[in-house]
Amino acid sequence: MSEPQGRGFWRSEAATGLYLISPTALFAILLLAAPLATTLLYSVFTDGYLEIIPRFQLCNYIGECASLKLDAATGEYVQDQTYLGAWSDPVVMTLMWRSLYVSIFVTAATVIFAYPVAYFVSFNVEPSKKSLWLFLITIPFWTSYVIRVFMWNVMISRTGVINSTLMSLGIIDEPLRMAFTIQAMVVTLAHAYAPFAILPIYVALEKIDRSLLEAGQDLGETRFTTFLRVTLPLSMSGVIAAVLIVFIPTIGDYITPNLIGGGKIPMIANMIEVQMLQADNRALGSAVAVSAMLVVGAVSLLFLFLNRRYLKGNK
Amino acid sequence: MKLPILRSYAVLYLAFLYIPILILPIFAFNDSTTAAFPLKGFTTEWFGRVFSDPALGEALKNSLIVAGSTSVFATLLGILAARALTRYRFPGSASLSGLIMLPMVLPEMIMAMALLVVLLSIGVPLSLFTIILGDVLICTPFAVAILTSAFQSLDKSLEEAAQDLGEGPFSTFYLVILPLVMPGIISAMLICFTIAIDEFIIANFLGSGQKLLSTYIFGQLRFPKNVPNIMALGTILVCVSVLLLATAEFFRRRGLARTGAKDTGGFL
Repeated sequence: MSEPQGRGFWRSEAATGLYLISPTALFAILLLAAPLATTLLYSVFTDGYLEIIPRFQLCNYIGECASLKLDAATGEYVQDQTYLGAWSDPVVMTLMWRSLYVSIFVTAATVIFAYPVAYFVSFNVEPSKKSLWLFLITIPFWTSYVIRVFMWNVMISRTGVINSTLMSLGIIDEPLRMAFTIQAMVVTLAHAYAPFAILPIYVALEKIDRSLLEAGQDLGETRFTTFLRVTLPLSMSGVIAAVLIVFIPTIGDYITPNLIGGGKIPMIANMIEVQMLQADNRALGSAVAVSAMLVVGAVSLLFLFLNRRYLKGNK
Repeated sequence: MKLPILRSYAVLYLAFLYIPILILPIFAFNDSTTAAFPLKGFTTEWFGRVFSDPALGEALKNSLIVAGSTSVFATLLGILAARALTRYRFPGSASLSGLIMLPMVLPEMIMAMALLVVLLSIGVPLSLFTIILGDVLICTPFAVAILTSAFQSLDKSLEEAAQDLGEGPFSTFYLVILPLVMPGIISAMLICFTIAIDEFIIANFLGSGQKLLSTYIFGQLRFPKNVPNIMALGTILVCVSVLLLATAEFFRRRGLARTGAKDTGGFL
């Protein structure tokens, strides 16, 4: 503290902390922040043949755009194909809406079905058995995602486990049509993200002072009204975290639309892949990626805003 | 309060979570090329086919290289970040830790595509190395989360005692802190290994056609006659994952016991 400024800083605790974190931070800046910034930049540049031309334009987002091609004779760029910007292209918009409502569906289903489980583990399981329950809940999550999604496919396909069981029991005569439906995608995704929803809610429930519940009941509330007026509001911070942690990655899911949707119900991630790779339009691909992030961000912020009263007082 | 309905619900929910990985071994041993009830008979043929496929051997080797390197690098980066964030206060720590943890919530596809575009435009050839880079990015937040709780449960006075007894900062770290957080380190490495060996999106987009286990499986799914082989392979993979996780959990608990902290539950 009595050390002079300047040299003192480089030997201070703050400097040691910065040195220590710098490799990890640098890695994240180079491999995450820089690529995301590049995507943002590319989304306002012009598409060329196997290259991106640093000419500013907004038509990758809205309006009509033209790809450029280098003319070998003159050495100048000439107009090649035209395409519609992300927000003007009905195909992109259809996929964006589908991704959005599938993720909202998945998030609602995951969080609503997960809440009672988190509640049960926090309130009804003996403390010594809690970590066993949490461990059991997280195990399926750590096994191969591709295999889990594939197994759902095996179960719901026309000749799959569920149909063959129901038919051999004589419950149904015709196989149920479950494969390649949005409902099947919702179940698969809700299954995949279950622990992500349970854990934050569980943590929030664990923090609740149990004497508040007794106070509620002493003051004449029933168990149910105590839950509605004390437990639920106090656990909303966990519910909000769960919603965001399920919603944000779900909108970019790639494997489930491929395997469960059979490629017939593409989502926005499939569009990004096609534009970035097969169609070699990195400008449009970047604009679609940025748009997806903007949609996710806007919906998340709106959700946070609507629930702002539950977040007061928490960090 | 006790609610029997809640208990049955939780058990049912757990069953729902386990359905896919419990059905997997049933059909892996079933003597039929289609996965349907009633079962036809017991066979180990599919496991035999898995082990005799040379492409699978190559994929397994690649996956082990990727997952092994990822777990080492992600854990090293995790140790540095977790130590810095738990022990020191410095300007920008909140935003730096936010950036480091961001891959946990960001859609993987968007990260993979952004990274791919940058790698291609600066001319880095795609290889196992670029897959490792992507996987380290994905795994580091998990390593940081596990190691932060390991470092947090450390008693700062132990470190001060070592320094009072004449140890320098490095020998204090090596002699006192490292042994105490070692279970956390092992646990972080195992978790990163588990994530990296199953990781699909990074392996699919940041490699140049090298098959890893996940991309190999994804490729095989297009051929219905290979489905039983995939179930056999899946059974083996799930068993390995569960074994690794149980080991990770064992070390995590031992670490907490060693530092005398209260067990607060899972990895996340």
